[in-house]
Amino acid sequence: MGKNTNKENGINMDRREILKGLATVPVLGLFLANLWRKMRRDTLKKSNLLADLVQEKSAPAVISGLSDSRHLNLGIIGYGGRGSHLIRGAGFATKGWTDTVSENARKNKLDKQFKTYMTQEDLNCTLVGVCDLFDVRAEQAIDASKNEVRSGGKPKATAKRYRHYTELLANDDIDAVIVATPDHWHSRITIDAAKAGKHVYCEKGLTRTFDEAIKVYDTVKKTGITFQLGHQNRQVEANEKAKQIIKQGLLGKINLVELATNRNSPWGAWVWGIHPEGNEKTIDWKTFQEPVEPKKRIDFGEEALKRFFRWRCWFDYGTGLSGDLLSHDFDALNQIMDIGIPKYASSSGGIYYYKDGRDVPDVWNATFEYPDKDLTVLYSATLSSNDPRGNRIMGHDATMQMGGQSGGGSVHGFIVTADSESTQYRKRIEDGIINTKYPIYTYSPGSKQIDGVTSATSKYFANKGLLYTYREGKRVDPTHLHVKDWLDSIRSGGQPKCNIEVALHEAVACHMATESYLKGRRMEWDPVKRRII
Amino acid sequence: MSGLDSSIVKNKCQLYGLVTLRVLIGWHFLYEGVSKLINPYWSSAAYLLDSKWLFSGLAETIVSDPVLLSISDSVNMWGLTLVGVSLLLGLFSRYTALIGMGFVILYYLFAPPFLGLEYSKPGEGSYLIVNKNLIEACALWIIYSFPTSHVIGLDRFLSNQESN
Repeated sequence: MGKNTNKENGINMDRREILKGLATVPVLGLFLANLWRKMRRDTLKKSNLLADLVQEKSAPAVISGLSDSRHLNLGIIGYGGRGSHLIRGAGFATKGWTDTVSENARKNKLDKQFKTYMTQEDLNCTLVGVCDLFDVRAEQAIDASKNEVRSGGKPKATAKRYRHYTELLANDDIDAVIVATPDHWHSRITIDAAKAGKHVYCEKGLTRTFDEAIKVYDTVKKTGITFQLGHQNRQVEANEKAKQIIKQGLLGKINLVELATNRNSPWGAWVWGIHPEGNEKTIDWKTFQEPVEPKKRIDFGEEALKRFFRWRCWFDYGTGLSGDLLSHDFDALNQIMDIGIPKYASSSGGIYYYKDGRDVPDVWNATFEYPDKDLTVLYSATLSSNDPRGNRIMGHDATMQMGGQSGGGSVHGFIVTADSESTQYRKRIEDGIINTKYPIYTYSPGSKQIDGVTSATSKYFANKGLLYTYREGKRVDPTHLHVKDWLDSIRSGGQPKCNIEVALHEAVACHMATESYLKGRRMEWDPVKRRII
Repeated sequence: MSGLDSSIVKNKCQLYGLVTLRVLIGWHFLYEGVSKLINPYWSSAAYLLDSKWLFSGLAETIVSDPVLLSISDSVNMWGLTLVGVSLLLGLFSRYTALIGMGFVILYYLFAPPFLGLEYSKPGEGSYLIVNKNLIEACALWIIYSFPTSHVIGLDRFLSNQESN
């Protein structure tokens, strides 16, 4: 009996031992059960949202393989800030630039500019011709043409300088030209280049005036050259994703779009430095003024220097916020929603902050009406506030916020949030599957990639996707992709992404808004007679 | 097992309190680890980039090197998961309590709530010098100092084998 009791006690002890040893295992079971429930709930939520909304497509590949097929000789007309960036996109940077950015990368490991440049594809082209009216910049372009620090290795030739663009166009070895002059030169150079059989990459805005835009369009069509307008946003992955989502009806009917530009620094307001070597001997001021009405031309002096380096501040050379910044946002929206040319445009604004002698407004708002699409597009810009408003595409069912403070949490991402009164999502909102406080879709490109974006203006461009984009998870400069798209199209005979058709949309819309500001009335587009009335 | 305090084993209230603390911290670690493992977009980069004070330079070095960053990501994801399972089940939990303590002390030191340090991400509470990481580190110190897994937990089988 006693023996048995001891044995039983022993078994009980073992049992107790086991129970104590395994006492917390059920907690792990509880954890796993809850984890499974949570994961199932999240997957269900995601599938409920994405199944009928977003067909997940991978981003287009960077490499198309066309760059090897035919070597092209390039010319650059206008090697300023933008021109030098475009030429870097083609694969040529000055020694000064490569030295500076490699040093920056050494000091700040988050600075990826040098790496991005060095890993960009060799586009199989050579910079053979340079035209700039400022000697210092012309020399810099020549320096860039021969710098061996590049992805393609030693360049095939050193660029030759031409004093006037017509001399550059006369060089039969040049296949294609990049036009990055101030806007008042765009139409004349593009038309002459097209007539000379050169393919053209022209910076935005397309032209300084409406009439010039029509002439450029007709010439490009007639000559059949490959034309690309410099809206590198066309290469940005986020815009393609946004387009896909809108096409699938995620936002419902869209009646209002708000586009915004906010900048708050002298640099952002085009008050750029006057180069210390800029003088009557180094700047060809006479040629610079050639397209300007004779009565508006001025003699070389302090005012001329300001105008040469800060030309965006005057209507004689550009169109201010319209061609410089609205054009980017308008083209991006046209890329996403295919809106085309508006029926009506009106705008107003003034010079409220930078009373520095400029004649373009620094606060400016424009409205575009599309009665056939039941759509209004608002553009609002200020150069004296950095508030990150971002762009908003507002639909009956959901709103897409691009850039700005809540723009997806990453560079040039976007978020889509359901509308509390949505018809499409009503049941899901009622069932608690959709919470209108939180995004139903977030696009955050390169979320695992880290970049040291520092200045406010850099952030502005990065937020708009104009500084870099991501392809297959790799950081790429969209300017490089845009130049590549143009060169590949020249080789294949295809149409680049920002071809003359969409370029005309941008130009007409921007000129309608500019004209409205200058004339103080609403402008209407007559598509039959191709005129603004 | 060394460090065993028989009075705690006998005092049920203290024992169960310590076991509960160990299991709860285990649960917390485990979910922190698993949630990172199942999220393909998670990276330690965002946390590291916001680092201030002593380790901000080290954080920058890790973030700027893809290899170091992926090591940091893996160590965090798997480390938290394994420490969590260990504490929860009471398996080698005395040692993993120390490892867990190392993790939370590092989190504390990479972004300490000191006067004058501003973080871009708003915290979920209000902290001055002491935050939840520091408290959790201390709790793990307690778990290390007053081990319970040899009484309640899988370590019981190991300690029995040792004693046999």
